[in-house]
Amino acid sequence: MTYTPADVDALLPLPPVSFHILVALADGDRHGYAIIQDVEVRTDGELRLGAGTLYRSIHRMLEQGLIAESSRRPARAVDDERRRYYRLTPFGTAVARAETRRLTQLVRLARARGLMPETT
Amino acid sequence: MRLYRALLHLYPSSFRNEYGDELTRLFQQRIADEGCAAAWLGEIADVVPNAIAVHGDILRQDMRYTLRSMRRTPGFVITAMLVVALGVGANTAAFTVADFVLIRPLPFPRSDRLVKIWERTPGYARMEVSPPNYRDWKALTTSYSGMGAYTTNAANLVGGDVPRRLATALVTFDLMPLLGVNALLGRTITPGDSLGNPVAVLSYAVWQSQFGGDPSVIGRVIRLDGTPRVLIGVMPPTFNFPTRDTDVWVPLGLGAPLLADRTNNLLEVLGRLRPGVSFAQAASEAQMVNAQLAQKYPKELENTGISVLHLRDELSSKSRLLLLALCGAALCILLLACANLANLLLARAIARQRELSVRSALGAGRERIVRQLVTESVVLALLGGGAGVLVAKLAIPALTELVPEGLPIAEQPTLDGRILLFAALVIGATGIAFGLLPAMRAGGAKAFAGLRSGVREGGGRRQRARAVLVAVEVAASVVLLISSGLLVRTMWRLQAVDPGFRADGVLKLRTALPYQKYAPTLRRADFYSRVLARVRALPGVTSAAYTSFAPMTMGGGVWPVGTIGQPVIRDNANTASLRFVTPRYFETIGIPIRRGRDVEDADDTTRTFVAVVSESFAQRYWPNEDAIGKRFGFAFHQRTVVGIVGNVRFRGIERQSEPQVYLPTKQVEDSSLVFYAPNDLVVRARVTPASLAPAIRQIVRAVDPEQPVSDVELMTGVVAAQTSSRMAQLRVLGILALVALLLAGVGLHGLLAFTVSARSQEIGVRLALGAQSRTIARMILREGLVLTLAGVIPGVAIAYAGGRAMQSLLVGVKPGDAATIGAAVAICILAAIVGCLRPALRASRVDPIAALKSE
Repeated sequence: MTYTPADVDALLPLPPVSFHILVALADGDRHGYAIIQDVEVRTDGELRLGAGTLYRSIHRMLEQGLIAESSRRPARAVDDERRRYYRLTPFGTAVARAETRRLTQLVRLARARGLMPETT
Repeated sequence: MRLYRALLHLYPSSFRNEYGDELTRLFQQRIADEGCAAAWLGEIADVVPNAIAVHGDILRQDMRYTLRSMRRTPGFVITAMLVVALGVGANTAAFTVADFVLIRPLPFPRSDRLVKIWERTPGYARMEVSPPNYRDWKALTTSYSGMGAYTTNAANLVGGDVPRRLATALVTFDLMPLLGVNALLGRTITPGDSLGNPVAVLSYAVWQSQFGGDPSVIGRVIRLDGTPRVLIGVMPPTFNFPTRDTDVWVPLGLGAPLLADRTNNLLEVLGRLRPGVSFAQAASEAQMVNAQLAQKYPKELENTGISVLHLRDELSSKSRLLLLALCGAALCILLLACANLANLLLARAIARQRELSVRSALGAGRERIVRQLVTESVVLALLGGGAGVLVAKLAIPALTELVPEGLPIAEQPTLDGRILLFAALVIGATGIAFGLLPAMRAGGAKAFAGLRSGVREGGGRRQRARAVLVAVEVAASVVLLISSGLLVRTMWRLQAVDPGFRADGVLKLRTALPYQKYAPTLRRADFYSRVLARVRALPGVTSAAYTSFAPMTMGGGVWPVGTIGQPVIRDNANTASLRFVTPRYFETIGIPIRRGRDVEDADDTTRTFVAVVSESFAQRYWPNEDAIGKRFGFAFHQRTVVGIVGNVRFRGIERQSEPQVYLPTKQVEDSSLVFYAPNDLVVRARVTPASLAPAIRQIVRAVDPEQPVSDVELMTGVVAAQTSSRMAQLRVLGILALVALLLAGVGLHGLLAFTVSARSQEIGVRLALGAQSRTIARMILREGLVLTLAGVIPGVAIAYAGGRAMQSLLVGVKPGDAATIGAAVAICILAAIVGCLRPALRASRVDPIAALKSE
């Protein structure tokens, strides 16, 4: 699938849930439950995605071409055949990168104005 | 788990099919992680908002797709929209007016409890009531919580820059409380008022126009016909009792002279049923009371009955039929619109078969395709419905001619939301039903058939459905054409009816002389002669005269006729219209004097009382004899016939009129028969009659500065007004019929054009095998005509039934009128041929080589 920088920009800013899903898929293909677990762990339990929220996002991201259903399967022993695995597409990677850049810039701007996160 | 599966049904099925298993598995996991109760609570909070969001996502997507596909086919969209708009608009307008006039409660609290009570005499189901009868009914009945009476009149309002004529309702003290409507300002007339202290209540319109809506008018004194009256109230604009043109309400006192005469039919009586008393009970009680009174007054009440009617039913059966016919026509249009829309959608579905096959092959489930098609249909219905509201808004004012004047309701109905909704639902259901047909096929096993190139589009079954629809359209348009044709014929007939006078070139003005001021006969005569002398001197005036009521401006004014030595028999076979006239009235209005002489200035109370009678009068009483010189009793005197004139339809074109008697204006005692005092000035002119009005107003003003001039009309207008509600109905029906014809023609054309393109290969083969192109054209033409005939035959049958139902609207025209039916069928077939022509020509020009090559 070919895409242009304009296609990438059109999707920004990304909804937080979508971004989390992209991040969760960044280091490998995962199925739904694994995504939920990954997000929960990374946010120290602050964000637990509901099943509906997850699959609604997945559905939309599939249509947008950010992710795709993965045909590669992990080793047979750990594979549950009925589960669906998802992977990042090159377009998804590009969008995730663009979103990261956008957020980083925002944070940089905020810090420059003296807005530092509270340390607890 | 099954419960959770059920919960998942909140999602669209496409989503559920795709992710249902995963969601279920996640739920199991969650129960393991969090425990059963927490998992359930969390899941419900998760499913509901997400399900809504998913539906929203799909809707947005479908809308985008819909708009895109609509942009691609603007012709289809516009046609479909117009069809829907027309169907919704015509129906909303017609049913809004019908509902307003026929069904909706009248604007009074508990208006279903209000009844009118009438005397019934031979020939008149609703005869005004004499004051003593009213008094006795009121005393003897127990069914009513209140009963009141009123009569209408007109009074001159003096005091502004020009004197004005006000339509006045004289009401008994208990009438307004009975209606239960409060005054907008001040109060209404109540039993607390007395005749010694004259009061008046203004209508909203007069308050606005004559007093500038000034709230301080309450308590002010106005002069009505010379009597000073204190203004005590202003009614709200929605108060239209007894009719919507009422300007002012004043108390009506029933004094001893009025209560003495049991044959002076003067009052209209209104009653409110006591709670718990049924209409039938009240009606049977009325019969008993009447029998009681008839025993007491056998002479006066001979042949007199009593009838109780709902106030709502004060509507002529003609106005009712006019409206019902309109509704029938609107239903025809709705049917046509639905058939046409169905046809359009089917044609489009056939054209889109391949597109849908592709989508289905690409994995779109049936549910998604159905949703898509429903979205499209709903969008179309909404667009068309919106345009339909506009059509209805524009059409309703054009229909107000059909709102009868005799009802206490406003002139113009407001757009009715419920009816709009109904029409929109019918159209919407059609749209959805026929929008879905293609989806039913798209999901089936044949889904991939559409993908094969060269497949011939269009299945036989759907073609048949379209053919039936076209036949239905033809039938509907035939019905409309024949009905409007019958009404046109009736109209022609009515317009050809001889009213008995020559209306063209005659101007009519009313100078209603106040009773008290002009009670002496000679004072009136003086007024007439001074006005007439000056009017006759105006350049361009041929002649001028005064009469009680110009023809067709007043339906009543009928008196019993007595022959010498016999008691007066009250019977409609024995009554004649009474009109006072000045000399030269017959010449002015154009009634031919057959024999004898006109009334003369010298005919006053010192001479023999004379009368000029109509031919029908002479014929009735002295058949085969010379009526001149004969004597008869009429209006308190013996009269001698001195002249015979032509018959006049004074009651109007569509009604039978009694024979007429004309009396000289001076042969009446002072204060007698004041109701018949000549008030209508008729002027025949060589110049445009309307141009004389200002000069005549000035003359009247010079003779009596306090005398207003009202009801300035051309007599041609008076005659035309006789048929104006028919005209309005006819215009609407005619337009609907034309539209129907157009729609049917378009439908036929569309179907045949499609047939030709679908069969181009077959036609190509035929041509290649040596068929003449003429034969091919004839084949297509024949197909169209067969369809047309299939519609025409049931159409004629339905139209005949419809014609019988509206028989009473068809004066002198039979519902099976061969000429009308023939013309309608001919027009329809002609339109069909026009519709077939292009497809037939195209069929004959099919290039066999090209057609076969595409295989």
